[in-house]
Amino acid sequence: MTGIDFILAHYNYSASIILMALGFYIVISRGNLIKKIVGLNLFQVSVFMLYISMGKVSGGTAPILTGKPELFSNPLPHVLILTAIVVGVATTAIGLALIVRIKDAYGVIEEDEILVMDRAREQLDARSG
Amino acid sequence: MILQHLAILQVMLPLLAAPLCVLSRSPLLAWGIAALAGLFALAGSFILFAQVLNAGVISYHIGNWAPPWGIEFRLDAANSFVLVVVSLVGAVCILYGRRSIEREIPEDDQPLFYTMLLLCFAGMLGVTSTGDAFNLFVFLEIFSLSSYVLVAMGAERDRRALTAAFTYLLLGTIGATFYVIGLGFVYALTGTLNMADMAVRITGMAGSGTLRVAFAFMIIGMGLKLAIFPMHLWLPNAYAFAPSIVTALLAGTATKVALYVLLRILFTIFSPAYPFESQTLQYLFLPLGLAGVFVASIVALFQQDVKRVLAWSSIAQSGYFLLGVSFASVGGLMASIVHLFNHAIMKSGLFLAVGCVVYRTGSCSIASFRGLGHKMPWTMAAFVIGGLSMIGIPATIGFTSKWYLILAALERGWWPVAIAIVAGSLLALFYFGRIIEAAYLQPSTDDSTITEAPLSMLAPMWMLTISCLALGIDSELTVSAARAAAEALFLDPHAGLPAHTGP
Repeated sequence: MTGIDFILAHYNYSASIILMALGFYIVISRGNLIKKIVGLNLFQVSVFMLYISMGKVSGGTAPILTGKPELFSNPLPHVLILTAIVVGVATTAIGLALIVRIKDAYGVIEEDEILVMDRAREQLDARSG
Repeated sequence: MILQHLAILQVMLPLLAAPLCVLSRSPLLAWGIAALAGLFALAGSFILFAQVLNAGVISYHIGNWAPPWGIEFRLDAANSFVLVVVSLVGAVCILYGRRSIEREIPEDDQPLFYTMLLLCFAGMLGVTSTGDAFNLFVFLEIFSLSSYVLVAMGAERDRRALTAAFTYLLLGTIGATFYVIGLGFVYALTGTLNMADMAVRITGMAGSGTLRVAFAFMIIGMGLKLAIFPMHLWLPNAYAFAPSIVTALLAGTATKVALYVLLRILFTIFSPAYPFESQTLQYLFLPLGLAGVFVASIVALFQQDVKRVLAWSSIAQSGYFLLGVSFASVGGLMASIVHLFNHAIMKSGLFLAVGCVVYRTGSCSIASFRGLGHKMPWTMAAFVIGGLSMIGIPATIGFTSKWYLILAALERGWWPVAIAIVAGSLLALFYFGRIIEAAYLQPSTDDSTITEAPLSMLAPMWMLTISCLALGIDSELTVSAARAAAEALFLDPHAGLPAHTGP
């Protein structure tokens, strides 16, 4: 199994890698702070997919004891991701709260405009100091 | 009885004290709770450290679930030493903080500020104590998320704190997520999250491509948190605009905890015998460490703000840590750990001195330091001692760090590196010289209202300054502790000391 077949057979991993790259690219390339947070979310969600794919056993069910021998998926990565989702939500909440404060303080949420204001402030400081 | 549970109480008490601070609407009461929790953690860490040195590794099974299935708190000579560093700096910062916080944070926010401070503190203690790689991530995020908030609290003084906190949040989250990706790959290979168990199971997998990817992700993730040279962009602004006490706490502990995690990854989970790692150390860490020392020191020369000078100096110090690690020898590792302790003490002391100046003058530009040598003699004396220590003058702890780093470089026969370490110290002489010159030799700004900082700030600050001198003159204590820590990390982590278990 080579090339395209390999990628298609592991479509969940491929999707997670594509999402990872997209999210990371958005964080770096976009100037809008909200878009950066969206990118960060994509990036984190891709990792959730990676873990969940990892724990899934083809044909396996949820690991509940029924008394009969059954094929189970590994529940541990799923539990880990439950924690990671909580962390992701908290990060997003703090990020958005910071954006609200930045909007109050600067009036904009575009990174380049904020940078221009900060530079002007720095020059002012340098002259007075 | 209670002593058996000390390993977990150490982390749980600050964590439980945090919501108590929210409930107490009075800043003074919140400070009292935080100070008690800090002092408890400090006492606890010393007891644990003594226990580890006397009786060997402490393994605490949370909920009595045996590792590798349950979460294990595993304290050996390395992390119990880091625990002492973190709780010492944390407790001193909290004790010092009351007056400084009164000045810099609005009254209504103060109890919440102490809550965040305690969460940050508890998170760092948790990262240091845990033996479970995913639990480590959770504590890492507790401490990171609260430190983003703490940095943003500087917005009262300067709105740039908000953007600094936002950048810190983006890069910090990317760093932590990279760590989780790497951990996922290791879990896929080994099926375990316990670090010691992981180390046993990956032996013989050196050829695996997955393992290499996992290693790279984990190292880069922690590198972002540690502010290794090209990944340091979040640090100068975060340190410069955060409230004084937050800067002192983060400078003394946050990067140290990240360094500790990096050491765990490099030496406990993986080992220098792993060819991919020894190449990384030699061809990545060594050049990046050297570049970090020089670039950051040169940038520090041109800063107009004392906090920024110190922040860039912190990035340069990360370079020294990397150099020590890149030697891949017990001597180099020991030098890094000695420097970890020493840098935490002296950099926190320096930032606390800057906090005193901000408290009295409201500014931390080099210009506002003019003439302070006569107006704030005790504060500036502490600053000068801290500065001399950063340069590496004998009889200060900074000298011990540089001495062992140079010895380790010579031991490998890398004398150009030894010369570079000395040259880096020379640059530190220049950037500290500028500030000290302004404080003592330049005429003051004729503002007669500036007086010495209050005793409640001076006393905790001088505790660090005195230990900076005392441990510099008699370095036996730190060096032997660091040697034990380096040996615990470097030699086989599973052999040797027997584990005595708690319930």
